[in-house]
Amino acid sequence: MNTTRTREYHDIPGTYVFDGDHYRKGYHLNMLCKSLDIAANRDAFRADPNTYLDRFRLSPEQRSAVQGRDWLGLLRLGGNIYYTFKLAIFDGLSMQHAGAAMSGTGMSVEAFRQMMLDGGRPVKGNRSRREAPHG
Amino acid sequence: MAKVVAGVGTSHVPAIGAAVGQGKTQEPYWKPVFEGMQALRDRLAEIRPDVCIIVYNDHASYFALDLIPTFALGVGSQFQPHDEGYGPRPVPVVKGDPQFGWHLAESLILDEFDLTLVNELTVDHGLTVPLSVAFGQPGEWPCRVIPLCVNVVQYPPPTGNRCLQLGRALRRAIDAYPEDIKVAIFGTGGLSHQLQGERAGLINASYDNVWLDQLISDPERVARISHLELLRETGSEGLECIMWLIMRGALDPHVQVAHRFYHVPVSNTAYGLLLLENG
Repeated sequence: MNTTRTREYHDIPGTYVFDGDHYRKGYHLNMLCKSLDIAANRDAFRADPNTYLDRFRLSPEQRSAVQGRDWLGLLRLGGNIYYTFKLAIFDGLSMQHAGAAMSGTGMSVEAFRQMMLDGGRPVKGNRSRREAPHG
Repeated sequence: MAKVVAGVGTSHVPAIGAAVGQGKTQEPYWKPVFEGMQALRDRLAEIRPDVCIIVYNDHASYFALDLIPTFALGVGSQFQPHDEGYGPRPVPVVKGDPQFGWHLAESLILDEFDLTLVNELTVDHGLTVPLSVAFGQPGEWPCRVIPLCVNVVQYPPPTGNRCLQLGRALRRAIDAYPEDIKVAIFGTGGLSHQLQGERAGLINASYDNVWLDQLISDPERVARISHLELLRETGSEGLECIMWLIMRGALDPHVQVAHRFYHVPVSNTAYGLLLLENG
């Protein structure tokens, strides 16, 4: 069975709820990210990224999203933010870098930081796809 | 007999730990946040809890996708900080309380809360940042700690009501412990934030503040809020506020608010802090 059930939370724009469907799609991708908790693995990945990636059963799309640091694409391919953020930490990036990149609007890190200082992304207009036509 | 002396609710944003570790707490961005914590620190220094039960979530640190316990209780004698990719946080090792931990395990499981028990457990910022919030940078933590880890990363997390009921069972277990110890319970995580996707950066201050009001005065109402509503209103990671309900359940139905603080932003998160004491 590969059917993906429709869930009420699919109506929330720009949000990838990490449910069983995402889990199954992203298992190996997330476990690759998880492996970077170990310093020796970080060294190996830094020294030879391609050989390191061969250890994990990634789909071609996942492999390319990892190589291209496509932060939004990684979520769509089953990545969970707590796992994919380990890749961002590996690159020395902050959660604001990742947040700006995932916004999908070409937002700069500086603009993202300023949005947070101004009270964050407003919930109004972002609750539902019906409310957010571009979500 | 063991006694519940305080309930603390606090966000556990990793950047708070980094600000403490890097000596940034007096910088303009951080100063109001750490000033907001001072009343908590002062009061805990008076109360001096012997044991803190810290309800937190592991962020793909000790538990990954290969094993996902919904509730896990740390019964070991010590818990090392986990390497989250920067090397382990430079904080003291967390000392456990195996005798009390095993008492809680026995009491909770026979009370029909089927927890996973963990002996070897590394702890991440979800547990150590609340300790930094409460106690600053001591050479060693001034209390023993029982980690109570809740899955909020993999959907579905437990319901709010299950968390509230677990908190009440925890209270029964504490009240039945014969040793004279003072116990504080921490509910951590939240408040509104979304780290992922195009909606990253979401904050909902008005919802958070009503939620806090009701957590204090009418926790059963908060416990009935659906995951869908929390995901929508507080963000995909804001949902972790359900862990505060375990803390709330372990306190009396009527509580005193000894301290309350709310600040936006801390990194990508709305920071909330609450110190509750029994009547």
